[in-house]
Amino acid sequence: MNIHIQNGRLIDPANKIDAQHDLYIVDGKIAGVGTAPAGFSAQRTIDASGLVVAPGLIDLAARLREPGFEYKATLESEMDAAMAGGVTSLAIPPDTDPVLDEPGLVEMLCYRAKKLNRAHVYPVGALTIGLKGEQLSEMAELVEAGCVAFSQANTPILDTRVLGRAMQYAATFGFRVWLQPLDIFLAKGGVAHDGEVASRLGLPGIPASSEIIALYTYLRLARQTGARLHITRLSCAESLDLIERARAEGVDVTCDVAAHYLHLSDMDIGYFNPHCHVIPPYRSQRDRQALAQAVADGRINAICSDHTPVDDDAKQAPFSESEPGNTGLELLLPLTLKWAAEYKLPLIDALARITSEAAKIAGIAKGGHLSVGTRADVCIFDPDAHQLISRSMLKSQGKNTPFLGLELPGKVRYTLVEGSVMYDTQI
Amino acid sequence: MRNPQLNKHGELQHLLTLDGLPRAIITQILDTAAPFTEVAEREVKKLPLLRGKSVFNLFFENSTRTRTTFEIAAKRLSADVINLNVATSSTKKGETLLDTVDNLCAMHADMFVVRHESSGAPYLIAQHLENTGRDHIHVVNAGDGRHAHPTQGLLDMYTIRHYKKEFHNLTVAIVGDVLHSRVARSQIAALTTLGVPEVRVIGPKTLLPTDVEKMGVRVFHSMEEGLKGVDVVMMLRLQNERMNGALLPSPQEFFKVWGLTAEKLALAKPDAIVMHPGPMNRGVEIDSAVADGGQAVILPQVTFGIAVRMAVMSMLGSH
Repeated sequence: MNIHIQNGRLIDPANKIDAQHDLYIVDGKIAGVGTAPAGFSAQRTIDASGLVVAPGLIDLAARLREPGFEYKATLESEMDAAMAGGVTSLAIPPDTDPVLDEPGLVEMLCYRAKKLNRAHVYPVGALTIGLKGEQLSEMAELVEAGCVAFSQANTPILDTRVLGRAMQYAATFGFRVWLQPLDIFLAKGGVAHDGEVASRLGLPGIPASSEIIALYTYLRLARQTGARLHITRLSCAESLDLIERARAEGVDVTCDVAAHYLHLSDMDIGYFNPHCHVIPPYRSQRDRQALAQAVADGRINAICSDHTPVDDDAKQAPFSESEPGNTGLELLLPLTLKWAAEYKLPLIDALARITSEAAKIAGIAKGGHLSVGTRADVCIFDPDAHQLISRSMLKSQGKNTPFLGLELPGKVRYTLVEGSVMYDTQI
Repeated sequence: MRNPQLNKHGELQHLLTLDGLPRAIITQILDTAAPFTEVAEREVKKLPLLRGKSVFNLFFENSTRTRTTFEIAAKRLSADVINLNVATSSTKKGETLLDTVDNLCAMHADMFVVRHESSGAPYLIAQHLENTGRDHIHVVNAGDGRHAHPTQGLLDMYTIRHYKKEFHNLTVAIVGDVLHSRVARSQIAALTTLGVPEVRVIGPKTLLPTDVEKMGVRVFHSMEEGLKGVDVVMMLRLQNERMNGALLPSPQEFFKVWGLTAEKLALAKPDAIVMHPGPMNRGVEIDSAVADGGQAVILPQVTFGIAVRMAVMSMLGSH
């Protein structure tokens, strides 16, 4: 279908475009930016007056809960959430059940996702079999099956020798290793940032050192092995200095932060709000500010949603017993816009964190930009509209978010995947 | 965020913690408790204040003393008391905490006295009652995880006031495992709210919470320094599972350094009182000579505990 998106403000961070440009789509691909291709006639015209036309968003951490946790969410429900959130490419952590450590499973997931014909799925394979931290996974085969990187999800490798070997093996092929820094001994039993709030509430703490020590280990091993490292979901201010130092030493390291960490701190736990039970924990106000500043100045490359749908039963429990995690796909854009407004950041720079920069990390060449000839994944949103976050508006099966009842900026109007309109608020 | 333990009129809806509870309410509870101490000395130890009300003792964690004192307090107020040891029943069968609560609500409970191993569990129940429009049901926290044990904190304040009359001129030391202690957190909240100018905590670094000084206390690691000139010594119980391991090398070493002996107590003011929430580990945190000595007020604490719990329950039941 030929689609003409007219009168919109087109923002394409990868190509450094922020201007009133019409967008022309032919056969699922971008056919023209600003000027129509020769002989173009539109079968559908979308009026984007007052709206931003951006590349479809790329989320570096979205748990769809399949296979294994279908009672929490399904591919169908979470794909709907992705479309409503304007997210057209999803990197999937390997902590499904069974974990993504076998090429067959990865192929199956990609096949199921493709059949649904919505967001593109980019599995992140398990770095070790069963995420057990003992035996390396078949990385070359997993990449052939569709994996874009390797990670341990939330299960760090205890044996540093195995970790070093895994990074070394990945480096053989130039595969990127994604790690969330957490020393599980220091974090053991903890549910909240080890500080004044946790002490007062009597919640077992997770000290900042649990992130710093693990991070130092990862960076040092990356330097030694030449592995390409991506640090996911940072929570501490101090981590930023370590990463900068490693970069100065030549370590190839990128990093991201989850969008909700730009807005919340341990103070938000309030009276034991289980929606604020997340791993790593929301840290101090100072940490939050440092992270938000680091994304603004580019030391943190990307923002992810860390989408983790949790069923109500698992959240309606005393804080320590509740399951950690937040639903996030539909909040990725609003929370990014809110952060950008607070830091008075140009929209193009803010959108880079959830489009072009994220695409680079995941090695997605076909997405994250609106170059002519590339697949037409587009997110069209109203940057000025505010919407109330409520259980009923969330398409995700997980209704777990501390932002329930709050108004956030940005409303997605249309989401296009390969030139097909998959989400349309007009309908 | 509204403090969930107060209703719209600023009255006590639930008793969940002493942290942030207004001084006037704490004082009101202590004042209300005073006449109840005399009830126990009457021939008929009953008042009709909770007649016809059902109080459910909902204990997800074992406890004999606290449960018994709550039971006695409720019975002296003429309530019907139902004891549920949930530690051994429904949750083990997979029922969620809130399902248990809903079932008991269907049995027309008026008050829940909740003990739970997780910090914040009574909040979850209180919020659930509010969300489901059951404002007439009250929750009393009988100890949640490491968070709070408000009735214990209140009976300790009652005891201090009984012996020392005023709070504004006292130095109070809390000794031992503050890290894992809900009692200590409630004591610190109450003492600072009531205007005690110096609250000290004494213990090894492994048993003090991170940033404990931000709770308004002075930190000491040595008994010799920390006990100097204090008016009140509040000992904490050291749980068996903490005695050997990464937090402490042995109960013997703990006793040697932080155990309260007559010798160490001599550093406090001559008229200092010694308190303990019980049950005591004699020879671990406290020497028998002190526990049974003239300065100990440990048994009066238990007696006052009933009056204080009567005060809390009667206040909650009155609106």
